[in-house]
Amino acid sequence: MSSEAIAERSRASEFWDGVRLSTPVVVASAPFAMLFGALAVDNGFSVVEATLMSATVYGGASQMVGIELFGQHVAPWLIVLSIFAVNFRHVLYSAGIGRRITHWPIVQQVLGYFILTDPQYAISERRAENGQTVSFIWYLGLGLPVYVFWVVETALGAYFGKLISNTGSLGIDFLLPIYFFGLVMGFRKRPLWLPVVAVSAVASIIAYKTVGSPWHVSIGAVAGVLLAVILPPHHSGVGARPGTEAEEQL
Amino acid sequence: MSTTFWIIIAAAIATYLTRVGGHLVISRFERVHPRVEAGLNAVPAAVLTTLVAPAVLSAGPAEWAALIVAGAVSLRGGLLSMFLAGAAVLILARQFMA
Repeated sequence: MSSEAIAERSRASEFWDGVRLSTPVVVASAPFAMLFGALAVDNGFSVVEATLMSATVYGGASQMVGIELFGQHVAPWLIVLSIFAVNFRHVLYSAGIGRRITHWPIVQQVLGYFILTDPQYAISERRAENGQTVSFIWYLGLGLPVYVFWVVETALGAYFGKLISNTGSLGIDFLLPIYFFGLVMGFRKRPLWLPVVAVSAVASIIAYKTVGSPWHVSIGAVAGVLLAVILPPHHSGVGARPGTEAEEQL
Repeated sequence: MSTTFWIIIAAAIATYLTRVGGHLVISRFERVHPRVEAGLNAVPAAVLTTLVAPAVLSAGPAEWAALIVAGAVSLRGGLLSMFLAGAAVLILARQFMA
């Protein structure tokens, strides 16, 4: 067997390694892809628009936020800004995974960042920590099935979502708050989680009653973030390095 | 092209910037200011809470029951199990309370 054939075979096995790891992610994200499709149509998107959003934004939580605000007739710039805000955590993934994939050709890196989702980051980072190389072909094996299923299931959800007439008894109008609540709970291990959630909740409710929707989203979010910025950094579990505290007090 | 189309494209570009931006920008700095880092850490919980709180306030017993069950499940299970539990309670409760 030539060395090229051996290399070819090992590339193939790396790809399927990635595909195997993608299976739980594909299964877990399926209901959300369908739900997004159905809710997007419910909020005034066409089937094509819902599918386009899944194919280009490719970030579940931010897409849910986007269609929710769209349904509330929020100004377009605020919808885009909110999606940007929800996706902002990717900046940290990007900084983290960047160290692992600098050896890829630039075109592969450009594509790699496009499919950098929460599980994609977590699984890749774990592979790197185990001392294994994060190769492009493995990364693609992990990410491609998740992407393809996400887009196809969005289209299916959008198409069949149009057929559901009595959305009230199925609880579709309140599924998103439950989903977002789950995401909020998912961050509960973070420092300052409870104070941030409490301040954002109170501020958003007050803003909702006074200024009105959609401004309650920005006002509530800014209030929570400001709390984290204003409190001394050691409350936030960051900047614990010696000397930082002293600099702060100067 | 419709406004919706342009919202989607702008959102896609903004999202891609977050995915490539950390590598391009943040990794060039020696360190991020602790207060900026603390603020960034608070962003997801702060944004998502504003999408839940007003809805909870204007909801009824069926929705509250769903959230309580979902919250309890989320302490142990993952996002999917908590979501399915909450949805199941919501659908059941609405049959009886509506």
